[in-house]
Amino acid sequence: MQKVRIKFHIERKNYSWQIIYKYFEKLVNVMTKPQDIDVMKPTGQEFPKEKYDELEAFINNLETTKGALIEILHKAQEIFRYLPRDVQLFIARKLGIPGAEVFGVVSFYSYFTTKPGGKHTVSVCMGTACFVRGADKVIEKFKEVLGIESNETTEDGLFTIKDVRCIGACGLAPVVMVDGKVYGRVKVEDVDGIINTYRKQEEQNADKVLR
Amino acid sequence: MEQDNQCENKKTLNIQINDQKLTVPEGITVLEASHEAGVKIPTLCHLDLHDLQMYNKTASCRVCMVELLDPKNNRNKLVPSCVTKVQDGMAVRTDTIRAITARRMAVELMLSNHPNECFTCPKNLECELQSLAEELNVRQIRWEGERMVYPKDMSSDAIVKDANKCIYCRRCETGCNEVQTCGILSGIGRGFNAFVGPFANIPMVESSCTYCGQCVQVCPTAALTEAFHTDKVWEAINDPDKHVIVQTAPAIRVALGELFGMEAGTIVTGKMVTALKRMGFDEVFDTNFGADLTIMEEASELIYRLKNNKTLPILTNCCPAWVKFIEHQFPELIHVPSTCKSPHIMLGTIAKTYYAEKKGLDPDNIVVVSVMPCIAKKAEAKRAELTKDEHNNVDIVITTRELGAMIKEAGIEFERLPDSEFDNPLGETTGASVIFGTAGGVIEAALRTAHEWMTGEKLEKVEFEELRGMEGVRRATVKIGDQELKIGIASGLGNAREILEDIRDGKADYHAIEIMACPGGCIAGGGQPYHHGNHEVVKKRREAIYEEDRRKKVRKSHENKEILELYKKYLGDPFGDMAHELLHTHFEERERI
Ligand code: SF4
Ligand code: SF4
Ligand code: SF4
Ligand code: FES
Ligand code: FES
Repeated sequence: MQKVRIKFHIERKNYSWQIIYKYFEKLVNVMTKPQDIDVMKPTGQEFPKEKYDELEAFINNLETTKGALIEILHKAQEIFRYLPRDVQLFIARKLGIPGAEVFGVVSFYSYFTTKPGGKHTVSVCMGTACFVRGADKVIEKFKEVLGIESNETTEDGLFTIKDVRCIGACGLAPVVMVDGKVYGRVKVEDVDGIINTYRKQEEQNADKVLR
Repeated sequence: MEQDNQCENKKTLNIQINDQKLTVPEGITVLEASHEAGVKIPTLCHLDLHDLQMYNKTASCRVCMVELLDPKNNRNKLVPSCVTKVQDGMAVRTDTIRAITARRMAVELMLSNHPNECFTCPKNLECELQSLAEELNVRQIRWEGERMVYPKDMSSDAIVKDANKCIYCRRCETGCNEVQTCGILSGIGRGFNAFVGPFANIPMVESSCTYCGQCVQVCPTAALTEAFHTDKVWEAINDPDKHVIVQTAPAIRVALGELFGMEAGTIVTGKMVTALKRMGFDEVFDTNFGADLTIMEEASELIYRLKNNKTLPILTNCCPAWVKFIEHQFPELIHVPSTCKSPHIMLGTIAKTYYAEKKGLDPDNIVVVSVMPCIAKKAEAKRAELTKDEHNNVDIVITTRELGAMIKEAGIEFERLPDSEFDNPLGETTGASVIFGTAGGVIEAALRTAHEWMTGEKLEKVEFEELRGMEGVRRATVKIGDQELKIGIASGLGNAREILEDIRDGKADYHAIEIMACPGGCIAGGGQPYHHGNHEVVKKRREAIYEEDRRKKVRKSHENKEILELYKKYLGDPFGDMAHELLHTHFEERERI
């Protein structure tokens, strides 16, 4: 897949502001780079039966599966850590709905991931408060330093970048969260430092194992 | 109680559209009210195919914006008219600069994200987005957003999906999920890059798509089209070593004219044949011959199953989309359909055996081209079991639309063509075979023959009115001698599913069932001229089919002289050994994805 980058500019005259605003949202969407949609290949990874059993029990315990797809997917991601093809098909068959419908929902919400994530997840908040305070520059820097796009994982399997919606810490905007740890008022210059903290940790761990 | 409810439902409201005051029933939309008032509001995502019960209400395109007046608060609002219900005292303006600009802007924004390649687009001059741009006077595109370039999905022999041209109206999704209940397509992703595709965005060929083409029929742009094979046809015609045979399905002759500006329902059989001859085909045969042959086999199979207490009901299987549907969705039922090949495949087989022998031709050098109202037949022709001794039964399948394009390409002025007749022997046909083109036709044709065979008496009234109608599922009882046959007819795969579920659950007591994947039958096939949301067109084609039947002197398949000759000289008995070998096939259980 190839990406084409084209400039855009808005001529503000003559148009109803309401529409401009509506589409401004869309344009912002473009700026935060929606995820590439590739063909999802089977991962070839086999999961133990217990995991499927756990998911099945969860579904069976729901009062109704109507409107519960998102909830079920959350649970599945919790169990499997990501949502591979087989798991999605499993859910579709269990609920008696088309696989395409399940995949549609999975691909819509950036929270769901179809690839096994890295060891550390770098979540950059793209909520309004963070965005206006330069979250876009911060995420660009992360992408540059790690050499990946959002929702991708570095080759060494260490980092995954995610852009997320408001995480409720607007006072600290722009906010970056690595795994559970929150970094507030992050500047572009801080990015290297944050990454290095985790790289060092890994090196130390590796050293320990060696000794 | 019920009476009361009805009265309540009939409540009327007073509204104003532009300068017109109207009284309209409660519950309709501003768009519908404007229609009444003769005010046109452009639409794109909205689709209301009442006859199919197909309503696309995603309200995603914003092309139908109107201004809702609110003078009290001095705050007029822009609303999408296709989903806004009328309310008492409502005042709407469709012609303010704000409304007009909003509508134009909606199209402009769609175009900002669209590959601007109308010149070479297969939907050129048929595209709804293109006509809207013209209608709304779009003269420039002020935005250009970043966008992905997706590869075209050309994995299947039947459908091409070009996500770059998807405007995300999701009509296809509604058609595939709600009308056809196949559930192949779903919206993928979000925002500017969203498009429609199958599970896990796999290539269409890996999905359980039936290739019915109903999504293609409603897609406003070229995001979904058939796979084009016209070049292969020209190549074959221009190869001096090849004997190129063309055959046309019953539904082509009542629709092809539309592509040349003729009234829907114009019968153009004669002109079509002339055009094909001028294009350089060696023989112009009629798929109706194959249809007559199908009836010989199917009626025999029905009688055989009735007499010997074999599996009932028998399901007709002329429709390859429907066959694929049962393979994926009801694999446990694949022993139920008749084993007959579909008519065009039968004709292809006979062309490469009987006809080849008769003419002293090497089957290797025969190319059979089918002109079909159908996209599924493209994939059908490529099925492995429909190849014998390395000869495909049918080599190339093109749609009605592709034939139209070829006629134009060849510079033939279709409207001015004289009539000609199909070539013999595989061009001799009956009225029974013509009605294959519309839902209910196959079973009616089969009964015309079965009736005479079972009772030994001449059938005076060949028209079975009880089998005719536009509804999705039709049930009827037909008396043949002292036997009452319960007949089911379903067109549209959602309706087929209903009948199949009954069969699976042992709740149905039918003797014979006809199923067509396309709602209304092949006249509304995925390869027919686009109906652009106007289903009246389909009704007119249907009328024309029955008219063509009435015009035929011979109206029962078993009275077709060439067919009788074929059995006498070559095949032996209907449903006999040779017929089995050449005219029957088998199915496969497939996974549902
Ligand atoms: S593929 Fe066609 S019908 Fe489907 S959403 Fe896209 S533009 Fe609409
Ligand atoms: S061809 Fe038919 S089954 Fe396939 S995606 Fe389109 S509507 Fe669905
Ligand atoms: S109903 Fe006719 S046109 Fe439609 S898929 Fe079946 S055979 Fe093709
Ligand atoms: S916008 Fe980033 S935390 Fe609220
Ligand atoms: S036609 Fe009304 S929103 Fe698309």
